[in-house]
Amino acid sequence: MEWTDEGIVLGVRRHGEAHTLLELMTAKHGRHLGLVRGGISSKLRPILQPGNSVRAVWRARLDAHLGAFTVEGMQLRAERLMLSAIASYGIHTLAALLRLLPERDPHQDIYHALAEIADHLDDPDCAAALIVRFELMLLAELGFGLDLSECAGTGATEDLTYVSPKTGRAVSREAGEPWKDQLLRLPAFLLRDCGHSAADVAAGFKLTGFFLARHVFEPRGIAMPEARAALIATVTRGAIAA
Amino acid sequence: MRRAVAGPEIERLIQLLARLPGLGPRSARRAALHLVKRREDLMEPLAAAIADAHEKISICSVCGNVDTRDPCTVCADPSRDPSILVVVENVADLWALERAGVVTGKYHVLGGTLSPLDGIGPEQLNLSGIIGRVKGSSIKEVVLALNATVDGQTTAHYITDLLRETGVKVTRLAYGVPVGGELDYLDEGTLSAAIRSRTPF
Repeated sequence: MEWTDEGIVLGVRRHGEAHTLLELMTAKHGRHLGLVRGGISSKLRPILQPGNSVRAVWRARLDAHLGAFTVEGMQLRAERLMLSAIASYGIHTLAALLRLLPERDPHQDIYHALAEIADHLDDPDCAAALIVRFELMLLAELGFGLDLSECAGTGATEDLTYVSPKTGRAVSREAGEPWKDQLLRLPAFLLRDCGHSAADVAAGFKLTGFFLARHVFEPRGIAMPEARAALIATVTRGAIAA
Repeated sequence: MRRAVAGPEIERLIQLLARLPGLGPRSARRAALHLVKRREDLMEPLAAAIADAHEKISICSVCGNVDTRDPCTVCADPSRDPSILVVVENVADLWALERAGVVTGKYHVLGGTLSPLDGIGPEQLNLSGIIGRVKGSSIKEVVLALNATVDGQTTAHYITDLLRETGVKVTRLAYGVPVGGELDYLDEGTLSAAIRSRTPF
């Protein structure tokens, strides 16, 4: 078995003295693991860092085998990412979220979104908002997408301000007013391209976090990624400092 | 089936030696044979040294270093600058810095870096000890001497966040061209970091 694909490094684990186990999000083969022989070498270590894009050749005798990767760096972002707290927490958050997807299951839209976000992770103005959008996309990919197209109560498509925690559907400001304490805030940047504040991003994380916890993390008995909490704290602190 | 060439004691010695880093079954067999040949002047003192070390080794309750005394030799050294605390990932990194002889301060050993793939979160690291050591002490600077990897630097950011309220100065190691490094052989990331961190000459 052999294929060649491009992928983004999600994580690396040492395997024995000289090799590493590489976890890639590939364009056509989904999240895929494989052995990299000599992965701890000074030549390969800078390439095998989370956030980097690589061209990977995967070989195995049988499809069910772990197999071995041969990798070549395409776009090395790690050096930029590790200088920024938001980017460092961001790439770990994204990796943890992508581990919710089954292995070897292609998700091309998710891959392309990840590549786009990885390019902007060190931009403090948009990185966190992009991750919130990514979480919405991931919820939809996992079959728990939110319906933000119209108000669940009135059918209105304007002034959508809340999301019902019960149905995951948008609610307009007018219809949601009596129950606003029980509804989740829907920040405008999730509906259209517009500016956003740190409070909007925090509200976005609260919204996606609620549904991720209810539909994905809690049923699977796993905790929310620590990096996500650190990312939210960093974004919130930045807003307070500003 | 492979037939044993030596008694179970020697076979067990070979198997245990093969577990050491850098040794495979073949080199373990060579090492065992060497020990057997030099029973009196090498094997016996080695066995005694291993037994002695096994009995006395402990983890330093202050910094997490490995030593035969607690607090460890580094923590107990009165000539070290108590205002500088160098945070390292593991004991090997501490030994590497000590080999270079450039650190005048004290150390704090984390025991790893944050790594979700390895299942290492903040609870698995010696993080709470740093806060305890910095708060109400004479430490003025914390140097984060962690690996220049995404995992290492994420841990560095996490520690910086933890120390934010203490007001202590937090620094990290520089990135760039290693001594003896040729630009042609460096990866793009290192070159980019080196250009970004260039200094007046």
